[in-house]
Amino acid sequence: MKKMILAAAAAALLASPAGAQSVKIGFIATFSGPGGVLGQHLYDGFMLGIEHQGGKLGGLTPEVLKEDDQFKPDVGLQAAQKLLQRDKVDFISGIVFSNVMMAIYKPVIDSQTFLISSNAGPSPIAGAQCSPYFFSTAWQNDDPHAAMGKHLQDKGIKRVYLMAPNYQAGKDALTGFKRYFKGEVVDEVYTAVNQPDYSAEIATLRAAKPDALYVFYPGGMGVNFVKQYAQAGLTKTIPLYSAFTVDATTVAAQGDAAIGTFGTAFWTVDLKNPANQKFVADFRKKYNYEPSTYAAQAYDSAQLIGAAIKAVGGKLTDKDGLRAAFKKADFKSVRGPFKFNTNGFPIQNYYLYETVRENGKLLELGRGTVMTDQADAYAKDCPLK
Amino acid sequence: MIDPQLLAFQALNGLQLGIMLFLMAAGLTLVFGIMNLINLAHGSLYMVGAYLAAAFQGWTGSFLLAALLAVPATLLLGVVVEIVVLRALYEREHLDQVLATFGLILFFNEAVRIVWGPNALFVALPEFLSGQVELPLGIIYPSYRFAIIAVGLAVALFLYLLIARTRVGMLIRAGATNRAMVGALGVDVKLLYTAVFGLGTALAGLAGLMAGPILSVESGMGEPILILTFVVIVIGGIGSIRGAFLAAVLIGVIDTMGRAFLPGLLRAAFNPSIANAVGPALASMLIYVVMALVLAFRPQGLFPARGA
Repeated sequence: MKKMILAAAAAALLASPAGAQSVKIGFIATFSGPGGVLGQHLYDGFMLGIEHQGGKLGGLTPEVLKEDDQFKPDVGLQAAQKLLQRDKVDFISGIVFSNVMMAIYKPVIDSQTFLISSNAGPSPIAGAQCSPYFFSTAWQNDDPHAAMGKHLQDKGIKRVYLMAPNYQAGKDALTGFKRYFKGEVVDEVYTAVNQPDYSAEIATLRAAKPDALYVFYPGGMGVNFVKQYAQAGLTKTIPLYSAFTVDATTVAAQGDAAIGTFGTAFWTVDLKNPANQKFVADFRKKYNYEPSTYAAQAYDSAQLIGAAIKAVGGKLTDKDGLRAAFKKADFKSVRGPFKFNTNGFPIQNYYLYETVRENGKLLELGRGTVMTDQADAYAKDCPLK
Repeated sequence: MIDPQLLAFQALNGLQLGIMLFLMAAGLTLVFGIMNLINLAHGSLYMVGAYLAAAFQGWTGSFLLAALLAVPATLLLGVVVEIVVLRALYEREHLDQVLATFGLILFFNEAVRIVWGPNALFVALPEFLSGQVELPLGIIYPSYRFAIIAVGLAVALFLYLLIARTRVGMLIRAGATNRAMVGALGVDVKLLYTAVFGLGTALAGLAGLMAGPILSVESGMGEPILILTFVVIVIGGIGSIRGAFLAAVLIGVIDTMGRAFLPGLLRAAFNPSIANAVGPALASMLIYVVMALVLAFRPQGLFPARGA
């Protein structure tokens, strides 16, 4: 990594005329351990976002300092402090997991450094603890789940069975789901975090005969669950709906078991807008794997930062100008319509997607809009105007 | 009321989980009992077994062929690890062994990421095992899980015959009882240790490759099962294959039944908000409670190796 920074710095010295400055961005994400793949997707998306702006951000030469939080809040906090104090970065972006976000949030905004979340969006930050130095190009944690609740409600599903891991994000997910779902919740099952085998729970849910199943099993848990659910022969009789369980980061390991399952997200790979089509085509070409929602979010983070720097003419000390520019969000988001709410979270659409096999590839393709211009439920607690 | 069909279903699930744990525990308990070595990297060898199966399947296109290749490959790796790393540890304290084998966990977790990348790998089920079997009582059970039960029982029988009826088995039993004496009688203990470790590794690799189609083949997949395996060998009695088998099935059934029925039972007794908060936590704690009770009242384990 050092080499890369040196190379970037050297390139900056050589290429830029005298007086031109660079912009330093601290990119904190989880790059190691089972969650490491998410950090890689974020980083690749972010770097493609810079590349598409001609390798510059708002005319300045970017230096991206990549830090691994190892999915540990304390490691993330150390990384943030190093970036703020030693490297004196202008922006911090990335952040996969909400627990890491909660650890670094205070110190970053207290230093009056803009924090652009590419993924994590825990509810306290969206509500009472919101900050004029925080913006997200992802979503508030509840909303993809709320969107699925609304979809099943609209579809007229009467009896739904809910499952999630037994930790805060799992509970938030099911709370979000129930915000718009008004039918009967047959049972709400919480399993141990990183539980490998779900045969006991699957047998119990089979006996309960619900109309549909909704789960939140991110990462490896989702791979295990979806495979075992398909092997039990249930995908056809009790349809499987989920969020963050079947996506471009997991589907290769799930294989055909993922076919015919549904999810909700703010973006799908087949969204028909020029910004997205360019992003998807170039992402596939450059990295040789399928772009995920994570990559799309971070791509937009890079676009947002570039647009803001451009608006203030590269004057990074003009915090008020930068904030006004962030709020305007003057860039073409890959998700289509995009604007910021008062709490720095997007107001955006949510889409239903289905996993299908097309030309031999497993893809999550859009199946219509579930929510239009959805604002999160916590913005009303945020005192910002 | 608990439905008898569901109960039978969960009993099968418990048995299947138990069989899986047995394959892991058999190797670990032999290594611990005979070589007096705490091997935290046992879960890593399970992971390597799963990865190798995935790789060989990608290469040959057949799960069975992949399985036939992955077991000896894992065995070979185990022998290399034993010769290169573990030999230096036999005379050291348990704490040194824990540190060194913990280092092996980190090494293997990172190594598979370097070789196969950070994404989880996919292992396809063989076609003839991808369906479900219908049993009496209207139970529909995945065929592949039946295959796991069958293979596990066959391995248990093989181990029983190996240990009770053969000369190698006699040495293993003697080694578990008194290592120094076996050495003094002129048995090549070094070779015996390598053989035992290789056998344990092959079993872990077998467990890993059979887990491949059910679980996510990813870096770190060995740790959750390693913890359960230690619980099994503590309850079963260290060094005892019979103990490992019975304790594995016991733990499999207790864990499954707890997860399946405890939250419901609690809900009948307490108000739903308390039951929802306590149920899942208690269900995942249950086996540790059992382990604590065994340690308190029968610290040598429920079925210790004879003469140990």
